[in-house]
Amino acid sequence: MKKNNAQRPPRPKFEKGKNPIARTFKMLVGFYPVLFPLAVVCIIFSAATSAIPALFQQEVLASIEKWFTTGNWEAAKEEIIPMIILLASLYLISIICITAQSQLMAYMTQGFLDKMRRKMFGGMQDLPIKYFDTNKHGDIMSHYTNDIDTLRQLVSQSIPALIQSGIIVTVVFSIMLYFSIWMTLLLVLGVFAMMLVSKKIGGGSAKYFVRQQKAMGKNEGFVQEMMNGQKVVKVFCHENDSQKDFDKINEQLYEDSFKAHAYANSLGPIIMNIGNIMYVLVAMVGGLFLLSGLPNLSLSGKVFSISILVPFLNMTKQFTGNINTVSQQVNSIAMGMAGAQRIFALMDEAAEADDGYVTLVNAEVSEDGSIKESDVRTGKWAWKHPHSDGSLTYTLLKGDVTLEEVDFAYEEGKDVLHNISVYAKPGQKVAFVGATGAGKTTITNLINRFYDIADGKIRYDGININKIKKSDLRRSLGIVLQETNLFTGTVMDNIRYGRLDATDEECIEAARLSGADDFITRLPKGYNTELSNNGSNLSQGQRQLIAIARAAVADPPVMILDEATSSIDTRTEAIVQRGMDKLMEGRTVFVIAHRLSTVMNSDVIMVLDHGRIIERGDHKKLIEEKGTYYQLYTGAFELE
Amino acid sequence: MLKQLAKCIREYKKPTFITLFFIILEVVIEVFIPFITSNLVNAIKAGAEMSFVVKNGVFLAILACLSLSCGAIAGFSCSKASAGFAKNLRHDMFEKIQGFSFENIDKFSSSSLVTRMTTDVSHVQMSYMMIIRTAIRAPLMLIFSITMAYIMGGSLAGTFVVVIPVLVIGLLTVARFAMPAFRRVFKKYDRLNESIEENVRAMRVVKGFSREEYEKKKFMTASDEIRADFTKAERTVALNTPIMQFCLYFNMIFVLLVGSRLTIVGKGQIIDIGQISAMLTYGVQVLMSLMMLSMIYVMLTMSIESMKRICEVLSEESSLKNPENPVCEIKDGSIEFKNVNFKYSKEAEKFALSNINLAIESGMTVGVIGGTGSSKTTLVSLVARLYDTTEGAVLVGGRDVREYDLEALRSSVAMVLQKNLLFSGTIRENLLWGNKEAAQDEIEEACKLSQAHDFIVSFPDGYETKIEQGGTNVSGGQKQRLCIARALLRKPKILVLDDSTSAVDTRTDALIREGFKKYIPETTKIIIAQRISSVQDADMIIVMDNGKISAVGKHDTLISESEIYKEVYYQQIGGGEQNEEK
Repeated sequence: MKKNNAQRPPRPKFEKGKNPIARTFKMLVGFYPVLFPLAVVCIIFSAATSAIPALFQQEVLASIEKWFTTGNWEAAKEEIIPMIILLASLYLISIICITAQSQLMAYMTQGFLDKMRRKMFGGMQDLPIKYFDTNKHGDIMSHYTNDIDTLRQLVSQSIPALIQSGIIVTVVFSIMLYFSIWMTLLLVLGVFAMMLVSKKIGGGSAKYFVRQQKAMGKNEGFVQEMMNGQKVVKVFCHENDSQKDFDKINEQLYEDSFKAHAYANSLGPIIMNIGNIMYVLVAMVGGLFLLSGLPNLSLSGKVFSISILVPFLNMTKQFTGNINTVSQQVNSIAMGMAGAQRIFALMDEAAEADDGYVTLVNAEVSEDGSIKESDVRTGKWAWKHPHSDGSLTYTLLKGDVTLEEVDFAYEEGKDVLHNISVYAKPGQKVAFVGATGAGKTTITNLINRFYDIADGKIRYDGININKIKKSDLRRSLGIVLQETNLFTGTVMDNIRYGRLDATDEECIEAARLSGADDFITRLPKGYNTELSNNGSNLSQGQRQLIAIARAAVADPPVMILDEATSSIDTRTEAIVQRGMDKLMEGRTVFVIAHRLSTVMNSDVIMVLDHGRIIERGDHKKLIEEKGTYYQLYTGAFELE
Repeated sequence: MLKQLAKCIREYKKPTFITLFFIILEVVIEVFIPFITSNLVNAIKAGAEMSFVVKNGVFLAILACLSLSCGAIAGFSCSKASAGFAKNLRHDMFEKIQGFSFENIDKFSSSSLVTRMTTDVSHVQMSYMMIIRTAIRAPLMLIFSITMAYIMGGSLAGTFVVVIPVLVIGLLTVARFAMPAFRRVFKKYDRLNESIEENVRAMRVVKGFSREEYEKKKFMTASDEIRADFTKAERTVALNTPIMQFCLYFNMIFVLLVGSRLTIVGKGQIIDIGQISAMLTYGVQVLMSLMMLSMIYVMLTMSIESMKRICEVLSEESSLKNPENPVCEIKDGSIEFKNVNFKYSKEAEKFALSNINLAIESGMTVGVIGGTGSSKTTLVSLVARLYDTTEGAVLVGGRDVREYDLEALRSSVAMVLQKNLLFSGTIRENLLWGNKEAAQDEIEEACKLSQAHDFIVSFPDGYETKIEQGGTNVSGGQKQRLCIARALLRKPKILVLDDSTSAVDTRTDALIREGFKKYIPETTKIIIAQRISSVQDADMIIVMDNGKISAVGKHDTLISESEIYKEVYYQQIGGGEQNEEK
């Protein structure tokens, strides 16, 4: 026994209250505290009204039997018609219930999915950037596609089917017990067999469905990589090899898919026919009872007779039919469980913590130098700093950023930055130069608190940035990243993303400043050109120009340009540079660039190596030092 | 379209037919079972002998076992057939895509090809399974049941005259309203997913501008719109159940009402009780099979879009054809362009290249320089016959490139593409793309030449270092050098570097070019670059402007004769002679 246990794969265990199905159910009830119970009531009614008429039919048939030898319809009518009317009204109730139930379920399923999507998306927006850096995007996406789809199946099909079948089975079972316990026991035996088969085959099917899902993911990953690299495949005449690799993955997918469906498809006929065999058994054993006159054991105490056996046979059919319905749901329940678990995992991710209490407000500076908060945009900003004694101070936003002895590690024990100190005075341009992995981008990640420092201090206008509300901190920092991301919408919408209340004129002005206006006006629809697919109809350089304009319209006192001009050719860069210079005027700017021409005119250049600042100074000073910067400049040294 | 898809069934025709056969068998048995059960019940009621009950019971049990086996076999083989069909579809599409020319690849976006090979195939697989399981079963059941109903129920079967049209019209109406609604919703759904993807990808921008709330609002509106549309569509479909129930119940009431009257009036002569209960059973079967038919209809129409999209790939003909009697030997690395005009598609108004005449001797080093959009890449693409010229001819080794065997040509013309890629796998595996049989010393030689060897061995796993998908774990410069090494392993007669050293520092860049000169002097080298320093010492420099050759010559002549060259040169020199690295 012990050995057996050891071989078995551990069953997924859920903490108390963490069972994904139970949680889904709970949420469903939570979302629809009135409608869902109403739907359940409808399900109960329709289940009952579809179970009871089976008995009625027999009654009608029995009366016909009683009367047909007489041929007296007028007399028989008195007995039969009321029964049929009763039956018809039961059916009517059933139809009403079913209509209500199916409409309610359709309404609730979509509402539920919508709410889950929103909850997921809303939660996701508040997750720290680390989550996105450490999870594959395709994987995050599949929460919204595959996993939500499994929930749809679960809520719209499986849950109602389970409730309905559960009710019918209970009702029928009680009626059976009422009639005859012996016969019921016989049926229980059959049900046991069915459950065994369901578990065996359904389990196999669920196992292979999960595998199929995995194989599909692998297939998709491979196809994606190959489709992206198709041109490389072509120039290396690698077509046959990738075909071979693909066929291997394809074969695996076929195997899993085949098995998953084979199990699932044979389950139905097997259960159905076990049901048929049960029917025969009940008929035979029932016949035996009748003929031999064995004593009956029942809740009603009725003697076993033909009038018990016939409805019993009908109930057997109903019973097994419902068990079949449940067994058909095994797959979608297994998949729904996996999907729900992943969805809940995403929802349960801890949101980005923000204990900042210093906020950014529009400011008016009166003549005596005192600062007042303003409701309208004044073009001046101030940090509103509440103190523990209840008093408020305002500090004018200037763009003074200092890092003092900052250490940082993405993973515990693997320091990326050591003892970094940077002093950026308002209006200064500070450049970072260094190899990939030297920690340039990491520094900017810390300034806008995408990540939090391990040791040291970062101050913004003298305020520890940990005290500043994250959204306000980021609002005061404009960033342009190497990898440009544009959104679906017009060019204008994309620029306005920097400041939502900017007018068209302000957006165009920002575009002009950053040198984007020129090419935008030459687009077929100018600023109203629709962009899609991350602006795939524009060149990389053009996209970067729009990203720069987007940052410009935000008009932040501090800007971070992370390889912002890397994809613009040197000729265009010269044009952009003029705009950029204008843009940088009067702002504190952090620049990361691999073209030294971009950083040469900075006030301070920091050369980073393995997370340490190894040289600092302006261009002239660094050249004179004849150190690493000098070597980089003369091309004697490559950054890796 | 269906014919073309059907071709992909191939070896899975057998399981398909097995499925059909066993399903027919199963249906026949299934139709018989109620017939026998009602006999059995009647016999028991009539107080028949136990031996009769047992005999019938055993017979029934055997039938059930038969039906079980048929059902299981059919379920098994239909899974095999549909999964196999899907496999073949994927195989054929992949094969087709492997045969695509660059022009074909440009036409389909890679993400659309991925969808076609995954989601669309899954849809077709599901509907194929559904069809072979039910397309025969449903009509057969329908015919059987109606026939049996007529035989057994006689005039009672008249109920179908009312019920069937009601059901058919009802189901079709629902389908007609629901399907376009679903199609609309799915399109919106795709768009929603695209925008989620956009959001995830742009998370740094979103957070950088503190646009979380804005994004949430945007998403809520979109999600809500989908909910509304989806609910509408689902509610329409949900009407199927009550329509079905109505017909079912109508049928029962009718049979009971009319049946009981007929039976009693006719004293069991016109119709007897057995017939009534048979009618009840067959009535359910008739309606069930109609329901199944309507489901097939819905399934089919839903997957038609997927089928269309698969067929688009399967019927796409490669725009480049291997010649009838291909030449497999490329004499040398000389290149000649004769009056070449080229545009990417027939519809394009502008020529991407016009009036190109050029002769390059074997072994030369040629630099190509020009602004973005000046068609530098287009020019070199024609050498490896990635595209065919629109007018004029490109000659390699003295022969028109269209006379060569494509594989032979591309083996001799190694291209390092601008948008280059490493694939997931080890460094060695990636390098072996250049030449499958390359030995370790050959690999090392190529890597030394491309200045990649040193950094490779500095990795703990050396040549066995794993490259992540897209090559994200090596720096830009390292990636480029690996790509050059991969191309060098082909031992090409012509080597094309399309902006392939842009991320490499100038010193290493110079070392690579020096190595080329020393170790592969016979190979013609074409180098496209942004940096003047990369092409300065070439035997020939081509200055491209707007799809035309603006000037050709050596550095010294161009510096005085070409405005463009001069401008670029001074700009780069002005910014420090050698000013790019990483």
